[in-house]
Amino acid sequence: MNTTGILEFLTVFILAIFVGNEVVSRVPSILHTPLMSGSNAIHGIVLVGAMIVMGTASGAAQVVLGFFAVLLATLNIVGGFTVTDRMLEMFKAKPGDNAAKSKKPDAEGGAQ
Amino acid sequence: MTLAIWIDLIYLLAAVAFIIALKGLSSPKHARNGNLLAAAAALVAVGATFFNPEAEFKHHTTNLILTIVAMVVGAVVAVPVARLVKMTAMPQLVAIFNGVGGGAAALISIVVFLQHSQLPTKPAVYTIAEGLLGLLIGCVSFSGSAIAFAKLQELMTGRPITYPAQQVINGLVGVAIVGLALATLLTGSVTLMVITAVLSLVLGIIFVLPIGGADVPVLISLLNSFTGLAVAASGFTLNNNLLIIAGTLVGASGLLLTRMMSKAMGRSLANVLFSAFGSVVTAGGGADGTGETRQVKTGTAEDIGVLLAYARKVVIIPGYGLAVAQAQHTARELADLLMEKGVEVFYAIHPVAGRMPGHMNVLLAEANVPYDELKEMDEANLEMSTADVALVVGANDTVNPAAKNTPGSPIYGMPIINADEAANVIFLKRSMRPGFAGIDNDLLFDDKTTLLFGDAKDTLAKLVAAVREA
Repeated sequence: MNTTGILEFLTVFILAIFVGNEVVSRVPSILHTPLMSGSNAIHGIVLVGAMIVMGTASGAAQVVLGFFAVLLATLNIVGGFTVTDRMLEMFKAKPGDNAAKSKKPDAEGGAQ
Repeated sequence: MTLAIWIDLIYLLAAVAFIIALKGLSSPKHARNGNLLAAAAALVAVGATFFNPEAEFKHHTTNLILTIVAMVVGAVVAVPVARLVKMTAMPQLVAIFNGVGGGAAALISIVVFLQHSQLPTKPAVYTIAEGLLGLLIGCVSFSGSAIAFAKLQELMTGRPITYPAQQVINGLVGVAIVGLALATLLTGSVTLMVITAVLSLVLGIIFVLPIGGADVPVLISLLNSFTGLAVAASGFTLNNNLLIIAGTLVGASGLLLTRMMSKAMGRSLANVLFSAFGSVVTAGGGADGTGETRQVKTGTAEDIGVLLAYARKVVIIPGYGLAVAQAQHTARELADLLMEKGVEVFYAIHPVAGRMPGHMNVLLAEANVPYDELKEMDEANLEMSTADVALVVGANDTVNPAAKNTPGSPIYGMPIINADEAANVIFLKRSMRPGFAGIDNDLLFDDKTTLLFGDAKDTLAKLVAAVREA
């Protein structure tokens, strides 16, 4: 990689900071826990990186370390999404619940 | 177009899906779909990685098989754990899943470092630096999350663990790590890299030790943000935009979320992390010495049942005690019964009730409590002075008036639910033990307060029976 390459990645990095701040700037507190759990699942995408190093690993040390990288990352991504879904399952709207929902302007306002 | 470009395009789409998903997770309406979208995007990206020429699976069949084995083992362990663990144990579960993510990022850095050390030419300084950053942050997140788990699971004391000159020693370890990292950077030595990694694990542990049980959720959120950054560093190491974007999104949003959480506790993040909050059990009422001899008034379930049944407005203030006793269903039963009798009932939810912000809402949602019966703190406080009964179930610090009245108290300034403004206050408590913050609660000794000791589920069930009789 040359210096132009690193600058491109830095650009992506900086822009992602702003996007990350922007998307969660208005979260109702009832969703803090699911949001923490959901973002925890999203960084489980480190699995892609673990797979790449595992694919190129050579020698016992690298293979063993790579194996555990894939294992840990899989725990993160699979467990993270599953537990988040379980939390959010409970928030599903019940029939005739619309009236109750429209009474929560602050919660809905967070979506805009 | 070459295969590599297709793969990069799939990664780009996954990154966009993650952004949309995070946005969705911030609103009650779209949260579940947001999470499912992110999961689908992750699945596609992981699937595409099998064909990523950079992974070289085509030439390394053994590695391919081992990768699949590791993924199957991981999934087989993760799914049942995530599905079966009790809702009250959610915070420590998030801590574990977060820690392993940090561990994965650290391992990626180590493997890449080993690969670089075999090359005839030394890689560019920034390439090593990126790897070291992923290693440091990943290690801190891994060991820190492990200690956070142990504290919440009560494998070790939830009280802050302090020793003399703690912050100085922790700071020196931090400085040593920076020095070692710089030395590793210049020499490319594998030994130095390993020492740096070990010291980073130590730093994760000693960083978390002085943080008390009540503050651990804020810490988990911070460590979640750290893991995000470690993943972003892995992205730099592997020149992978998807990891950079996903990791940075989590890093930035996690930091913001962490600050929102400390704000909900009325404290700064620095205070949460470095003050060893709750290490000393103090008499928060400012009435030191007299605290031990003060009398509390206890009542019978029957007395309290009558009081509740003939009230006009009852506010239920749930806390962690309700969560550990799994009493959310019984609480709802009591609320429904009172409403049948024409009593106005709502739940007042403190932002940090339970173990994580919003945790109580999740637990009550599990018991099918309708949204409109839950009121957030500010909204609830407007109505407290007109309430006949404030029924505090397993909460303590979140209703402690010392936060308003006692400038010297460690929780002074924390927003609370004004249970003291209600005409009558009922505490359902296991014992006189102070809450997580370790501070006495004057409200317990107030004339209008009645205590009913016992497990929250048992005492609520007794109240249900008593209200039926009344």
